[in-house]
Amino acid sequence: MKTSFVLSGVTIAGLAAGAAVAGTLDDVKARGTLNCGVSTGLTGFAAPNASGEWEGFDVTMCRAVAAAVLDDANAVQFVPTTGKTRFTALSSGEIDMLARNTTWTFSRDVDLKFEFVGVNYYDGQGFMVPADLGVSSAKELDGATVCIQTGTTTELNLADFFRSNNISYEPVPTETNAESQQQLLAGACDVFTTDASGLAATRATFESPGDWVVLPEIISKEPLGPLVRHGDNAWGDVVRWTLNALITAEELGVTSANMAEMASGTNNPEINRLMGTEGTLGEMLGLSADWAQKALSVGGNYGEVFEANIGEATPIGLARGLNAQWKDGGLIYSPPFR
Amino acid sequence: MTVSADPDKASFKPAMLIYDTRYRSMTIQIFVLIAFIIFVFWLINNTITNLFELGKPIEFRFLSEPASYDINQRLIEYSSRDTHLRASFVGLLNTLVVAALGCITATVLGVFIGIGRLSKNWIVSKIMAVYVEVFRNVPVLLWILLAMAIMIESLPAPKAFRGDTATASMYLSDSVAFTNRGVYIPEPLFNNPIGDISLFGTSSMRFDVSLDLLVILIVFFGGIFTSFKIKKWADRTQNITGVRPTTWYLKALVILVPTLVLLWALGFYLGYAELKGFNFKGGTHLRNSLIALWIALSLYTAAFIAEIVRAGILAVSSGQNEAAASLGLRPGRIMSLVILPQALRVIVPPLISNYLNLTKNSSLAIAVGYMDVTGTLGGITLNQTGRELECILMLMLVYWILSLSISAVMNWYNNSVKLVER
Repeated sequence: MKTSFVLSGVTIAGLAAGAAVAGTLDDVKARGTLNCGVSTGLTGFAAPNASGEWEGFDVTMCRAVAAAVLDDANAVQFVPTTGKTRFTALSSGEIDMLARNTTWTFSRDVDLKFEFVGVNYYDGQGFMVPADLGVSSAKELDGATVCIQTGTTTELNLADFFRSNNISYEPVPTETNAESQQQLLAGACDVFTTDASGLAATRATFESPGDWVVLPEIISKEPLGPLVRHGDNAWGDVVRWTLNALITAEELGVTSANMAEMASGTNNPEINRLMGTEGTLGEMLGLSADWAQKALSVGGNYGEVFEANIGEATPIGLARGLNAQWKDGGLIYSPPFR
Repeated sequence: MTVSADPDKASFKPAMLIYDTRYRSMTIQIFVLIAFIIFVFWLINNTITNLFELGKPIEFRFLSEPASYDINQRLIEYSSRDTHLRASFVGLLNTLVVAALGCITATVLGVFIGIGRLSKNWIVSKIMAVYVEVFRNVPVLLWILLAMAIMIESLPAPKAFRGDTATASMYLSDSVAFTNRGVYIPEPLFNNPIGDISLFGTSSMRFDVSLDLLVILIVFFGGIFTSFKIKKWADRTQNITGVRPTTWYLKALVILVPTLVLLWALGFYLGYAELKGFNFKGGTHLRNSLIALWIALSLYTAAFIAEIVRAGILAVSSGQNEAAASLGLRPGRIMSLVILPQALRVIVPPLISNYLNLTKNSSLAIAVGYMDVTGTLGGITLNQTGRELECILMLMLVYWILSLSISAVMNWYNNSVKLVER
């Protein structure tokens, strides 16, 4: 708890300094590194690997922005944030962008003064229980003890779900995913609830994932995406269109394998604009002409990043589902590069 | 010898404010004070202006919005539809509970350990010394986490109590269950309850006072008061006749009989916890987070209190001890009748600051998920509403008032035990 006092102090100091700060884009260029807020450790989304390097779905988003702006995918300072500290870290200027499975909600956008630049994962809140609990539906959880990460939208959805179904529960709030895991594995709580992707990622780290089942109910809409501070539109545009570049690249069939070939010019003008061989899109953003190529060189297009980090071939094993391209029946859709 | 250097009042010049040593310190202090006030004003103004520019001016309307989150341990009725203010109130009561429990156990433990460390028995004094050095030299947060980890990992989950192949069982003829979700003990219930008094109507601060509890407490403390009267009477009788009447059965009678009669009239019985569904139902649930926090805070603060008690006892001159011994008092009575009453004068002032420390340390509760006022107002409410400054200011105010109240009570006690000089 001490940290949040410190962070609040930082907020006040940051707010005091905030007025004089120039655009974030210039700051990042001058600093030479991107400060990116990620989770404290959620396998597949953001977690350090065996050699201590951060990797995952959200981490690749940070690296893509760093590559587009600074031409160096490793020029990122990763700042682990908890559900509670993330917004203070962003609004105080401690981080330039937040890519931490954060749900886009009205109040966060309007009242907390953040700008969600898009959705990189369409999620929903689910429940995970031990298989031997013998529960097949969340509505059978009357009286259960539920582990939950505090400071998240899941906390509010949970209260609403149990109240509207007239069943009781006992919440056990924890600060991080790891604390929830510890309590769940020891049987100190019956159920763990978070976004379905988080459940899959958590289950993948268990010794015997088969002993755990994710219940069928999805009780909420959780559009997750990167966000930046309100009011710095130039920087918001950079992050937004980096995400869109990854999505558009998949739609247009640009992959890390054929990128060099595509960059030498094609018949499709949209690909050419994306690759920077036609038009001045990069210049409009205040970046180099080949910014999107640099972003794509980090981990390929959206589909490649998805498959490499959380896709069906990984231990997390998430299907594309809602996160397929709109042409394949999903919701992933980028405005045109024009 | 004194040289008369009184300045002529009329000859005062502004330059004297700096060059005259009689005025210089005053001048410097005034300038520093003005600079400090300007600095504070600048900080406040800057913060308010910048918050306003961010579109987040300071306002407290969020307190009357529905909190939308649940709290597990609540001493008063609360649901997720209640306001943020009510959630903060629930948290405040949780803070008070753990602070009160912690202060009591820390004091009892501390006094025993402090006295034990002065024991002539080598083993006892060394064990106490080790205790003090181990507990006060490791941060309290680690003790809290350790206590929680031990509870979660070593005690059985509720499902271990289930079925024919249960690996765990309840204690004291099935009345107490130790699980890794906490300890379930029987709860007092009444067949013919009198009811509750509802205070503050339907506001966020509404509060139900159980009349049953109130009446029982009045009768019980009435009995204790009467037993004090009996003691005084025995003292008087002893002073007059030299023979002290046997009074213990009278005291037991006035304390126990009215209380027991009242309990019988109310239809007192115990509600036992029973394994139903996922959890134990009924009974009183002492959550693992409360127990871990309580134990860790008590053990940690007890180490400091023990040193204070030891210092207090050593501050009483050894002549007092020898004089009491020469009157034929036994060591136990010397301690309780002669040494401790005098030592209290030294003990109480630093004890106050340890109570304050314990209360403030209870804000580490969130580490184990105990929903105190820092966890509700300074945690979930702050996070869900994004009103950092407002929440933290309110939280500071709460702890400030809490600490001042504890100080006030303890200072009153200190005044009542201090040496009355004639």
